[in-house]
Amino acid sequence: MTVIDAAVLERHGIAPDEYARILELMGREPNLLELGLFSVMWSEHCSYKSSRVHLKTLPTTGPRVVQGPGENAGAVDIGGGLCAVFKIESHNHPSFIEPYQGAATGVGGIIRDIFTMGARPIALLNALRFGSLEHPQARRIFEGVVSGIGGYGNSIGIPTVGGEVVFDELYAGNPLVNVLCLGIARADDIVKGAARGAGNPVYYVGARTGRDGIHGATMASAEFDESSAEKRPAVQVGDPFMEKLLLEACLEVMKTGALVGIQDMGAAGLTCSTSEMGSRGGHGMVVDVMHVPQRETGMSPYEIMLSESQERMLMVVHRGREREVEAVFEKWDLHAVKIGEVAEGDRLKIFDHGQLVGDVPNRALTDEAPVYRRPMREPEWQAEVRQLDLASLGAPPAAQGAFEALLASPTIASKRWVYGQYDHTVGTNTIAQPGLSAAIVRVKDTPVALAISVDGNGRFCYLDPHRGGMLAVAEAARNVACAGGEPIGATNNLNFGNPERPEIMWQFAEAVRGIGDACRALEVPITGGNVSLYNETEGRAIYPTPVLGVIGLLDDAEATCTRTFKQPGAFVVMLGDNRGELGGSEYLARLHGTVRGVPPALDLARERALQRLVIDLIRAGAVQSAHDCAEGGLAVTLAECAFGTGGLGLRADVPAAGDAGPYQAHATLFGESASRVVVSAAPERRAQVIEAAVAAGVPARVIGETGGARIAIAVEGTVVIDSAVDHAEQLWSTAIERRMTRGGDSGL
Amino acid sequence: MTVAVVVFPGSNSDADAYYAVSHVIGVGAVLVWHKDTELGAADAVILPGGFAHGDYLRTGAIARFSPIMGAVTRFAGRGGPVLGICNGFQVLLEAGLLPGAMVRNRGIKFVSSMVPVRVEQTDTPFSAACTGGQVLSLPIAHGEGNYFADPDVLAEIESNRQVVFRYVDGHGEATPEGNPNGSLNNIAGICNRQRNVVGLMPHPERACESSLGSHDGRVVLASVVQSLAAGAARG
Repeated sequence: MTVIDAAVLERHGIAPDEYARILELMGREPNLLELGLFSVMWSEHCSYKSSRVHLKTLPTTGPRVVQGPGENAGAVDIGGGLCAVFKIESHNHPSFIEPYQGAATGVGGIIRDIFTMGARPIALLNALRFGSLEHPQARRIFEGVVSGIGGYGNSIGIPTVGGEVVFDELYAGNPLVNVLCLGIARADDIVKGAARGAGNPVYYVGARTGRDGIHGATMASAEFDESSAEKRPAVQVGDPFMEKLLLEACLEVMKTGALVGIQDMGAAGLTCSTSEMGSRGGHGMVVDVMHVPQRETGMSPYEIMLSESQERMLMVVHRGREREVEAVFEKWDLHAVKIGEVAEGDRLKIFDHGQLVGDVPNRALTDEAPVYRRPMREPEWQAEVRQLDLASLGAPPAAQGAFEALLASPTIASKRWVYGQYDHTVGTNTIAQPGLSAAIVRVKDTPVALAISVDGNGRFCYLDPHRGGMLAVAEAARNVACAGGEPIGATNNLNFGNPERPEIMWQFAEAVRGIGDACRALEVPITGGNVSLYNETEGRAIYPTPVLGVIGLLDDAEATCTRTFKQPGAFVVMLGDNRGELGGSEYLARLHGTVRGVPPALDLARERALQRLVIDLIRAGAVQSAHDCAEGGLAVTLAECAFGTGGLGLRADVPAAGDAGPYQAHATLFGESASRVVVSAAPERRAQVIEAAVAAGVPARVIGETGGARIAIAVEGTVVIDSAVDHAEQLWSTAIERRMTRGGDSGL
Repeated sequence: MTVAVVVFPGSNSDADAYYAVSHVIGVGAVLVWHKDTELGAADAVILPGGFAHGDYLRTGAIARFSPIMGAVTRFAGRGGPVLGICNGFQVLLEAGLLPGAMVRNRGIKFVSSMVPVRVEQTDTPFSAACTGGQVLSLPIAHGEGNYFADPDVLAEIESNRQVVFRYVDGHGEATPEGNPNGSLNNIAGICNRQRNVVGLMPHPERACESSLGSHDGRVVLASVVQSLAAGAARG
């Protein structure tokens, strides 16, 4: 028998004080299997031990919330007895090590979370971060991740309908792959992951268990170093066909009413599903690993319990109704195998061929996991990076050139190269095609549709994590509002560095505080999410990057809105204030290689009024297009409204904003002030739009008119940007393709 | 009138085809499990898109052995209208009900996009309601839609007017620019010599409502209703 010494503990990522706690909870020394169970369940990835105290401060309740955090996914009421079931989850670390499979299994994992709740998945979105495309490694990871997302989603037949992709050198060693899945369930049919009723059989169904992914959760809870490439066996391999069968069979079996509870085996595999189901249901569980279908020979109980092989589910079935369940799985050529039973008490007992090999109180693995209030400290450099001295940047470049460079910046440019590889039409619910800000999917057999957006700005969070957190919520909700959706729920994916460093923990706590503040003010509850820490390579952390996914409800699936101009002669209005804020902008990063300054200010009351106004204008049919101002500022926003129209341009004249000296025009056009939306409307609607804005207390200014085939933008009467729509659109729509086919910057 | 939609394990557009037929076109539709051996009272059959049996060997290669395929083959042999969409087209090729084969898209990548498709022939049950030369806007979503056939076979299907749908450019011409996947002769869909079995890579069932970006696919599905009604009238 292995002696548990310091080396064994280190290999399991268990700190000495954590081991002392294990001894206390167990009342004896654990054996190696039991230590393995603690190792994965107490990993950061599974236990949220560093983040939990902060996550508790988030608002999670509201009149529409049917299921908050703590289950496989959250759920909000969308009327008609239906719920939107959704969650976002990361697969960052595996995607760096093996981009295709890492991303593919990330998609598979979040889909399982949704159908486990009894919901049929109808849409996928993703938020991705990569290093600069000038580098071959970033291109390779980008290509692999996009291909993996498509490979899984396209096969299983769930459309990938939207998302966002950002490129910045800081993500070169730690790409982010956050995937959101949305499903629809009848509120009465929601299934939970709890084990109840002693004597009820416990079934295993799905793929066989192999040695892949052992300690994946532990890997996701450590920084990368040079040896990380050697961890490839800890990345799992996905099988979307198996998951498609599981999806259909599970939804069918749920209709029988023979299930007590069900949970997917994701991180920490059998260990997590057995202990969490037991602990949620206030029961124990007895399993014999001998019954677990195995792909390889000679697997030890340790390996079986810790494997993270994909496409597996654990179910508790009402005793006496086993045949009903087995029959459904047989139809789908899947084998549901009984591996144990629910037991009285609170212990997870693991047998191997009838011999007890592990015996742990299941709450010790779950609820009793350590909770850390880790030390926090504002970074010493924080105040310094907020200083932005435009004068030190020298003379400003011509606005025209800056405009074209921004359009061709991969972060701003069209993501057609990406979504062209995703099946976004399967399911026949996709109303807005990808690439038009928020995604919109209808809910069949109802009048409603759902708008979804995922957003986050790591630069803003780096410069001010509290404000960055607020801005992420505001932007995602604003995008949903621009599609006509009323924000009703949110999910967050919190991607940060090593929480054992007080500066990172401070960023985390501040960002969560910002998210909470914004969610409370906008009345958008958080119903679940995911935390990904240790996104560092050789001591260099990513930007603190919270990604918010917001779901919006459209009462009328026909009353949607997109960003594109619809007719010449429409007038163009900017709703909200332009403050000429360049801090943390894409302009500064792209044109001056600097990430400095104070991110845009955000007044949550004004933000809320703006979103309400936009939703009302769309519902009233008063506006023809709506587009939020984000990366690249007003100039890029106006250009994007002209793209996809077949060359319909505009003439605009914008008042100068802010006080930026020689950078006045740049701050006006490329500054990223929050709480702004550009709308266009038919001439006869002019009074209606302006009056509605005045009544809502939202600043509104007519800045131009659609028409012609050029994008002509003046500041205070002087034209500073004048491009043919076709030319600008060409730069924007081919920028990523060019880099991927020719490699590196194509000389813009 | 009843349209049978076959469900293979891994089909993912079965529900879409069912919905388009029953809810949009408004005729009866039934889902038929691949392990069934009879089609029942079906008047037409659709093999839907997806990744039948995972497509791990070759697209459609295992599905052709599904028990239901015997009934589909007999139904086709009796002149019954059979439509294969995307993966269903691949299954028909593998089953020998249509000539040729599919290979990986030119450019290797999966292609998902709305494309113009020209109707070349209107004397099939799935194009009868179209007008010759009509250009339809239909979505494609596939990794292996690059149609291939030996030169003799290709010449034969062209001379027999078996090419029913062709990819075209914005001007309605079958140019290389209009070819999204490298298919020989810009072939998007073909029929058999008897003209009752049609396969195409684009998804008409996903383009039946304008809120989804196009309703041009409706005419393809409506065609079978029209031709069956005409057949019944001829009695």
